[in-house]
Amino acid sequence: MAERPPAEGDRNAASAGDNRPALSLHVPEPKYRPGDTVDFSHIQVPEAGAQARPDETADPKEMLDLAHDLIRVLGEDNKAHGPWDPKLDPETLRTMLGHMAMTRAFDERMFRGQRQGKTSFYMKCTGEEATSVSASMALAADDMIFPSYRQQGILIQRGYPMIEMINQIYSNRGDKLKGRQLPIMYSSREHSFFSISGNLATQTPQAVGWAMASAIKGDSRIAATWVGEGSTAEGDFHSACLFATVYNAPVILNVVNNQWAISSFSGFAGAERSTFAARGVGYGIASLRVDGNDPLACYAAEQWAANRARANAGPTLIEFFSYRAEGHSTSDDPSGYRSAQEREEWPLGDPVMRLKNHLIAIGEWDEERQEKMDLEAAEYVKKVTKEAEANGILGHGLHHPFRTMFEDVFEELPWHLQEQSEQAIRERETKFPEGLPNGGKGA
Amino acid sequence: MSDTQTKTAPASEEGTERRLNMIEAINEALDVTMSRDDNIVVMGEDVGYFGGVFRCTAGLQEKYGKSRVFDTPISECGIIAAAVGMGAYGLRPVPEIQFADYIYPGLDQLISEAARLRYRSAGEYTSPMTVRSPFGGGIFGGQTHSQSPEAIFAHVSGLKTVIPATPYDAKGLLISCIEDNDPVIFFEPKRIYNGPFSGYYDKPVQPWKRFDASIVPEGHYTIPLGKARHATEGEELTILAYGTMVHVVEAVCAEKGVEADILDLRTIVPLDIEAIEESVKKTGRCLIVHEATRTAGFGAELSALVTERCFYHLEAPVERVTGFDTPYPHSLEWAYFPGPIRIGEALEKILAE
Repeated sequence: MAERPPAEGDRNAASAGDNRPALSLHVPEPKYRPGDTVDFSHIQVPEAGAQARPDETADPKEMLDLAHDLIRVLGEDNKAHGPWDPKLDPETLRTMLGHMAMTRAFDERMFRGQRQGKTSFYMKCTGEEATSVSASMALAADDMIFPSYRQQGILIQRGYPMIEMINQIYSNRGDKLKGRQLPIMYSSREHSFFSISGNLATQTPQAVGWAMASAIKGDSRIAATWVGEGSTAEGDFHSACLFATVYNAPVILNVVNNQWAISSFSGFAGAERSTFAARGVGYGIASLRVDGNDPLACYAAEQWAANRARANAGPTLIEFFSYRAEGHSTSDDPSGYRSAQEREEWPLGDPVMRLKNHLIAIGEWDEERQEKMDLEAAEYVKKVTKEAEANGILGHGLHHPFRTMFEDVFEELPWHLQEQSEQAIRERETKFPEGLPNGGKGA
Repeated sequence: MSDTQTKTAPASEEGTERRLNMIEAINEALDVTMSRDDNIVVMGEDVGYFGGVFRCTAGLQEKYGKSRVFDTPISECGIIAAAVGMGAYGLRPVPEIQFADYIYPGLDQLISEAARLRYRSAGEYTSPMTVRSPFGGGIFGGQTHSQSPEAIFAHVSGLKTVIPATPYDAKGLLISCIEDNDPVIFFEPKRIYNGPFSGYYDKPVQPWKRFDASIVPEGHYTIPLGKARHATEGEELTILAYGTMVHVVEAVCAEKGVEADILDLRTIVPLDIEAIEESVKKTGRCLIVHEATRTAGFGAELSALVTERCFYHLEAPVERVTGFDTPYPHSLEWAYFPGPIRIGEALEKILAE
C-alpha cells in the first residue's frame, strides 16, 4: 500500500514548520498469514547440549547469555546432551511420556465433547505438554502451583482425579466448584494447585506472595507460576518480577511462549525486540530461555530453578519457547489469522514425539508400546468421561441446588444476599409450579 | 437494639482512663492482633522502619520483626496480589494503601481476585485480608489525597467495607476486620485521625482527648461488622452518615438545636438495615450525608433502600448531602466539602415538609 502523504494539519502538528521528518508508528505484524509459505529459518536453534549450566546459586549476572540462548538437551540424534541433561532413569522417562500422552488424549476427548455440545468451552495444550508435565515433575508434590489456564498437564501429573476435571468441565452435579467457573478453571487445594482465575497474569504476583509467606514462616515449600507470553504484558507480571526480586522470593516464574495470544502474535507482547526470558535480567532475576518442546530441558530448567529457590538463592524466570499447535480455545479458529504451515514447520518439533524417539533411541521403548500406551490412554479417558457424564453435562437439568449460588460470596450470608436468594427460589417456583425437575434437587 | 447504642468504654478512675487518638487506636488494634496471631503480617509503603506516613504502624516492626512488618515497592497491584497469595498460604495480611486515592492500581486484584476467591474455588481458598487506607478530604490533599471511593468497593460482591468514626470504634472494628475471614476494606477518615471535625475549618481542631469516644480499653475487644452506632438519638429526623461526616452532622444539629437520630453506619457492607429501618420508621424523615461525589455514591443506595422499605413512613422526600461531582479541588477544598451550610440547607428543607 502506498504511503499516504501526511495531511496538512498532521504535517503542521508534526513538524511545526521546520524540516523534521514525519514520525511513523510501528505496528507489529507476524511473518506469515493464512496461505503463506512458512520459513522459520530465522529462528536460531542452537545445538543441544551447547549451553552452560551455572551453579544453582550463581549470581544472575553470571548467566545473562542464558536469557537469550535456548537451553536444549535432546539433539537431532534423539540422544540427551550436555550439562543440562537431568539424567532421568528410563522408568521416570516413561512416566513422563505417559503423562504427556494422557494429557493429549484428555485434550482430544474434551475438545470433541465441546463440539458435541457437552460443554461450552475447552482449551487444549497440544504441543506444550512438556512445559507443564515435565516442569511439574521437577517440583515436589507440595510445592504450590499458581497456574494459568493451559496447565492441565500439571493436574494429570499430580494425580488429580480425572473425573474431577471432567465434572468441572461439564459443570455437572459432581463439580466441586458448584458450576461457578468457566470450564477448565480448576482448583485443588489438596494438590497444591491454586484456583485458576481467568483474568490474566493475576496469579503471578500472587505466587510471589505465597512464596513470601512460605519464607516468612520458615517453610521449605516453594511456589511456581505459569503465564503465557501474551499475558506478560499485564502490569501484574511486572509486579511479580519486582516483588520476587525485592524479597528474593522462593518462586519460579514460568512464561510459556507459545507464539500466539488468540490472534495476536508474540510481537504484541514485545517479542520483536527481545526474549521473554530477558525481562528477568532487568530485575536481577536468574533467567533461562528453554526449548519448551524438549521435555528433558523443561525438566532440567525447572529442577535448577527449584533447587535455587529452595536454597534461598532467589527466584528464576523461565521462558519456555514453544508453539501453540491448536487454536487458543474451542471458540477460536486460527486458520483466520495464521498460516497452517506454521505447525508443520515449527523447528522444535513435537514434545511427545521427541520424548518417544529419545526412549526408542536409548533402547527403552518401541512403536508397539507407544501405540498400546496411546490406546490405553484414549480408553481410560473415554471410561472416565462416561463416568462423569453420569453426573450430567452442561445445561441438562439443574445440577446445583439453587441456594449454592449465594454461598461463598462471604463466609456467612448477609441479609441482602439472604433476601436475594429468597427471590431466586420464588422465581424457580414460578417457573416450575409442578415441582422442580430432578426430583427437587434444583431447589 | 442494644448493639446500636453508643458504646463507651467503662471509664476507670477519673484521670487514669486511657485516651487515644484514632492513629494510636489503630496502632493498638494492629499490635493486639499481631501479638495474638503469628499469621498476621503488616505491609505497605513506608509502614516498616518509619511506621507509616500517618504513624499508624509506628513501633510494630521493632516489636514483631521485619518479616512481619515490612515496606513494599510502590505497587498497589503487587501489594494486594501478594496479600492474596499470602492469604492462600494461610497468613492474615493487613496491607496498607497509603492513600485511598492510590488504591486503583490494586483494584483488579481486589475485585477479580480477593473478593471472588472464596466463591470461585467453592471455599477451597479464601482471602482473609484487611486493606487499611486513609481516605477523605479536609487536609488540603488536592485531588489525589482526598477521595472517598467507598461506593466502588460497596458495589463489589465479596468485599466488606468498614469506616470508623471514633478511636474506640477504630480499634474494635479493625480487630474485627483482621479476624474476619473475608477481604475487608477499612477506610480511615484521615481528617479525624487527631480529633473530630465540626465542619468549621476555620475553628481550631479539638483533640480526641476531650471526647469520651477516645477512651480506649487496653487489650482485645471487638465491634461486630454490620452494626451501626447511634451517635445521637432524636425524634425529628434520621441522619445516615459515616466517618468524618458523623461529627459534622452532629455539630450542625447541635448548633441548630435539631434533635436528630444520627446513625453512624460504621460498616456499609454488610449494612445495618434493621437499625436504619427502625430509625426512619420512628422519625419519618431521612437525610443521608457523605463526603464522596454524589452520582452513584453510596447515598444513592441508602436512599433507594429507605424508599423501598420505609416509603409509607416517610413524611418528606429522602435528602442527600454529598460532595460535588468534581475532582476534589485543592484551593477550593472547603467549597467542595459538604459542610454546615449545605447540611443546614438540607435540614431546613427536610424539616419544613
